[in-house]
Amino acid sequence: MWFEELLITIKYYLVLQMPGSLQPVGSAFLSSLPIMTSFGGLFALATLLERKMLGRIQNRYGPNRVGPGGLLQPVADGIKMLTKEDIVPKNADHLIHFLAPLGLLVSAMLGLSVIPFGHRLIALDIETGILFFFAMGAASELAIFMAGWGSRNKYALLGALRAIAQMISYEIPLILSALSVLMVVGSLSLSDVAQAQSGGIHTWHIFTPWGFLGCILFLISTLAEINRSPFDIPEAESELIAGHMTEYSGFKYALFFMAEGVAMFAMCALTATLFLGGYHAPLPILSFIPGPVWLFGKLTSLVLLFIWIRGTMPRLRADQLMEFAWKFMLPMSVVNLIAAGVWVALDGGVAAWILSGLLNCVAYFGWSRILSQASRFNPRTYRYAEEAGVSK
Amino acid sequence: MIGKGILKGMVETARNLTGSFHDPDRLTTVEYPEQKIPAKENARNFPFLIYDGDDWEAGLRCVSCQICEKECPPQCIYIEKDKEKKPDFLGKMQMQPKIFDIDVSVCMGCQICVEVCPFESIRMDNDFEYAGSDRFESLLLTKDQLAKSNKYYHSIHPTEAQETDEIRVQKREDHLAKEKAKAEKLAKAKEEAATKAALSKAEKAKEE
Repeated sequence: MWFEELLITIKYYLVLQMPGSLQPVGSAFLSSLPIMTSFGGLFALATLLERKMLGRIQNRYGPNRVGPGGLLQPVADGIKMLTKEDIVPKNADHLIHFLAPLGLLVSAMLGLSVIPFGHRLIALDIETGILFFFAMGAASELAIFMAGWGSRNKYALLGALRAIAQMISYEIPLILSALSVLMVVGSLSLSDVAQAQSGGIHTWHIFTPWGFLGCILFLISTLAEINRSPFDIPEAESELIAGHMTEYSGFKYALFFMAEGVAMFAMCALTATLFLGGYHAPLPILSFIPGPVWLFGKLTSLVLLFIWIRGTMPRLRADQLMEFAWKFMLPMSVVNLIAAGVWVALDGGVAAWILSGLLNCVAYFGWSRILSQASRFNPRTYRYAEEAGVSK
Repeated sequence: MIGKGILKGMVETARNLTGSFHDPDRLTTVEYPEQKIPAKENARNFPFLIYDGDDWEAGLRCVSCQICEKECPPQCIYIEKDKEKKPDFLGKMQMQPKIFDIDVSVCMGCQICVEVCPFESIRMDNDFEYAGSDRFESLLLTKDQLAKSNKYYHSIHPTEAQETDEIRVQKREDHLAKEKAKAEKLAKAKEEAATKAALSKAEKAKEE
């Protein structure tokens, strides 16, 4: 608590030093500055961490040449990106081509503005915070389509179309699984959501039946929303060159990557806020450690989980991806919503635990059994002509 | 059940992730400029010229017969003969190269020059670090850069070097035997001539 109060006091002191007409702008600037700088730096470190961890998963060292242990690799990458030539295709729509990376980065950064980083430590404390967040997530789709359309390149356009299809499909389970939390908390404000989990680890939403399934569904949809592996078919280096980023180079390309990284952090921060207790400590005794530390810790562990998943799974085919979204994710998130409804109706307690848990378990095992009987979720079996002839 | 395979896979990758920290068998990377794997004995790259003894100019085996230059498929060898001669290991006076250049950017490492050399003077090296800042000068190896001692040859290709040495010992023995035979023949001829002369003298004396 003291840390947050200290930061807020410093901010108000600085704002009061400004002339009156500048104070609103100055206040907004001071609120956004720490977010922009810290997430920019965190993105640079995350690229290194990702490469290191992927390397270790593949039994390699990963980057270790620049600086001690490869620590300066992001700096080298940044210098390389900045000094590269910025090529705009002759037939491209110049304005849209220019605006697309900016739009993507701005929408990702704006999503972070409604995340509470500590008690009262929130850049934009609006009543409908989560709605604003998802609106910004939808704006990133527009930016990606701008990139694909503005480049006037068939690979870019195909990548953008795939991205739109994927992101719209996964937005539904994403919002439905977030909705279960909002139903229980009874507020759209993210600071209220975080406050509802202030009592310690047992009050976190992930340790309820609906919260557990909701968290998993939310994380899977998040992977698809931010175009990360295994849902990275919009980029699909081996199929679409780089999807909507095909015609980008130099600084704009770096901006795309940065936007993706920041969107990943924003989504992880939202997951932590919705399901993992936000900025609250797992035990009330530990609450002397500032809230931002806890939030960044949770965020980083989620990022590590994403890197781990990236190191494990191959890319899904477009039809598999759609099938998974509509046949599995959507029904499960609806069932989860019902379970959350049961929880609200019974006002928590043992009966609510058993009922909603049973509902989720039955739905999950039953539905995956039904889907497993459909041939497409099973491993493919190959029948060769010779074998078939011999067996007959 | 959906998701079981994914969990299994994630356990496997986690095992790799942690295993690479404590199990050196998993981490097979060799960090090249700092660590190097010793070359295999039969590894070969570019040819070099062998010299005997300590002075490379005096001990250079090459007699500039130019067979390798003619046989080289990509024609990466350039030889110019020197006017002065020097004695070889058998003591015979032999030609020596004034210029002996090998362009390693052209050389394809086929070892044909080694096969055709009648004087065991050109052999394959296993050194591969030829990177240079200049495309032409630094990749054109001259005589002094190519000359490497027989000891070095023994250190990189022990078996082959042993065989080469045995060939040379054999050659020396053959040469000595030949010399001996020649000398004996010469002596015999002399003797014969002497006896003939003596005989003819005696005959002459008889006649008289």
